[in-house]
Amino acid sequence: MATTITMPQLGETVTEGTVAQWLKKPGESVEKYEAFVEVSTDKVNAEVPAPVTGTLREILVKEGETVATGTPIAIIDEVGAATQSNAHGTEPTQQVADAAAAPPKPSNGSTSHAVHPPQAAHAAPASARPAELDIVGLEAALRVASPAVRKLAREHRIDIRALQGSGTNGRVTAQDVLTAAQMGPAAAVGQAIAVGTNFGATGAPAMPPTHAKPPVGGTSTYGEPIPGTTIPLNQARRIIAQRMVESKHTAPHAWSMVEVDVTNLWKWRQREKDKFDHETGGLKLTMLPFFIRAVVESLAAFPLMNARFTDEGIYVNKDVNIGIAIGLPTNLVVPVIRNADQLSVKGLAVASAQLIDKARRNKLGVDDLAGGTFTVNNNGSNGSIASAPIINGGQAGIVTMEAMVKRPVVTADDAIAIRSMMNVCLSLDHRVVDGYVASGFLSDLKRRLEAMGPAGIL
Amino acid sequence: MAVSSPTQTSQVMNNVDAVRATLYDAMKNDPRTVILGEDVGARGNVFLITKDFAKEFGPQRVIDTPIAEASIVGIAIGMAMEGLRPIAEIQFADFIYPAFNQIVGEAAKTRYRSNGEYTCPLVIRTPYGGGVRGALSHSVSIEALFYHVPGLKILAPAFPADVKGLLNAAIDDPDPVLFLEHKKTYRLIKGEVPDGHYTIPIGKANVLKEGSALSVVSYGLYVHWALEAAQQLEQEGISVEVIDLRSIRPMDKTAILQSVEKTRKLLVVHEDNKFGGIGAEISAMVAEEALFSLDAPIRRHCAPDVPAMGYAEPLEHEYMSSPAKIAEAMRELARF
Repeated sequence: MATTITMPQLGETVTEGTVAQWLKKPGESVEKYEAFVEVSTDKVNAEVPAPVTGTLREILVKEGETVATGTPIAIIDEVGAATQSNAHGTEPTQQVADAAAAPPKPSNGSTSHAVHPPQAAHAAPASARPAELDIVGLEAALRVASPAVRKLAREHRIDIRALQGSGTNGRVTAQDVLTAAQMGPAAAVGQAIAVGTNFGATGAPAMPPTHAKPPVGGTSTYGEPIPGTTIPLNQARRIIAQRMVESKHTAPHAWSMVEVDVTNLWKWRQREKDKFDHETGGLKLTMLPFFIRAVVESLAAFPLMNARFTDEGIYVNKDVNIGIAIGLPTNLVVPVIRNADQLSVKGLAVASAQLIDKARRNKLGVDDLAGGTFTVNNNGSNGSIASAPIINGGQAGIVTMEAMVKRPVVTADDAIAIRSMMNVCLSLDHRVVDGYVASGFLSDLKRRLEAMGPAGIL
Repeated sequence: MAVSSPTQTSQVMNNVDAVRATLYDAMKNDPRTVILGEDVGARGNVFLITKDFAKEFGPQRVIDTPIAEASIVGIAIGMAMEGLRPIAEIQFADFIYPAFNQIVGEAAKTRYRSNGEYTCPLVIRTPYGGGVRGALSHSVSIEALFYHVPGLKILAPAFPADVKGLLNAAIDDPDPVLFLEHKKTYRLIKGEVPDGHYTIPIGKANVLKEGSALSVVSYGLYVHWALEAAQQLEQEGISVEVIDLRSIRPMDKTAILQSVEKTRKLLVVHEDNKFGGIGAEISAMVAEEALFSLDAPIRRHCAPDVPAMGYAEPLEHEYMSSPAKIAEAMRELARF
């Protein structure tokens, strides 16, 4: 029997989805609950489990195509059905199922199966794959570069990201690198990149910025430019780009910064961290949950900061849902802690740790990402001491916690002391609030953070 | 084949014939040679390797011993240290454990302990390996147990000509040599064996087949199967290099490294268990010396880590590899 698979609804407000990647090819078998297709909506990529065990007969929606939820995307022959259909037997059950599930198609499943043998159906997605290789795929390909490939790529100045691997899962093999090298600079245009290759964190020496073989008799002293590579946009990158432009265009950003003495907060955190790690089975207590706690308290004092601009007026949120910006190697995600004002520092620590862990494993669901009313960005973890963040669309502001640095500070009683200082930056939608409210919010936040100390309760 | 002093003529022999001919020549040519072990005299060895030796050379040089392996090796060590050239036989490798102390604690350390004043020119021959429905006590591979011991050489030739050349080298060697004879190859494998006395240098592997896609290192019975698998893969367009170690310790690092640097992929195939086996040492050596030549993880195709080879045929088949299984392991690595 054939089962028609439709585009699932990934999240309560979602109406359409994009097929990001087929994990199975036509003709391949799938187990019930086994992921067989990756679907992306907005910023989230989700693997869709097969509802039945069987053989993937046909793919109805190509990678990169966006369809409404409920639209048929594939047909799976349940176990036992594949042999039947090969025998071209009459399949009343299947026809009924197909006809019911896929009304737009004039022919039923059995006819289309006869017209497109598995091999033919197989060929299309397979050949379409390399062109649509996304950043995640590139990362994966990089990760499995063997020592020999790395060494040869360096020797021959080949950018392995530009190669189409012939190994398992598209792995670039040593032979692939040698073949690309043999093709020479001219033939390898678009295939191999000679200069400017960044081998990531491997500590490889930078390539000399000159051509390996300067063209003879060329007019330019520096030789021909070496073509760069274009990394295809994946769904997440497209959305990020769109959102950033949208926010910057529609919300006039204003910016402010305060410096906060977090010496006592740091002591508190130091005092609690081992106990916390122990109690939670290894979760790390960072400065982030303390910071979020102070932010939600300040938002309660300044509800206009927890609002958004609409044409009808300033919509003030009752819920305080804090988005946490998490930078991933190829992506930025902002999962949300719902009702963050109802959580203690400890609750926030657990909630944020779980979201960060999910984000790193690429397991965030649509609902994890929805509903944010204000955003916190821990930019200081990378050493930044000031940044001008872009507001998450539909919110009034975003604050960053910058790097904590020890500095000599003149204290209230004119002494000089070594204190742990941290800058807090705020971008605000000037349509929603003015500097008066924003400054009030920032100084309130500063006061709360400075009041936090070892006497506090997690 | 590396033959130090080949003669013009040769004969087709199986591995049993090759052992027998070599032992006979040693007995004939050197009056210091003594053979001792269980059933080597009157019975002429359970595989009839020393048939009629006792009649020709007498019970003083072809000695039937009690079923006491520690004594067999212990006595042989004494003989060797005092100037004889004993060739001790352990009837089946499965029985060698009682002699472990004599081999590891005494023979392997004699030269070192006496600061070179004494050597122990002892050969311990023993049939090993499975695939003959030998069950728990007639199937084991023991090489890894002795592999760890400096001062001990371990040879495991697969072809009749290598058997002769390496057994001669073992007999000539001034230090103890464990000489492993795969019992399934005894009558299965036949080949040309040059006449006359010749030796093959200990510690030299043999590239049986050149290839470019991956290197397969093996020894004993599985060399033959690896070769068969490689020939199958040749027809599929995958060029496999097959190396017969012949000498397990000392290991021919040069041959292995040269091959891996060429093919960039290494598969080690052996009948012995995987964990802590010969393949583990080869893998570590290649990882240490040729990491940047590797285009794939080193793979080991070995016996599962279960205590013994079962008697039941399905269990034996499951434990043992086969040309088909080896071919599949090769394909997998070639694809990587």
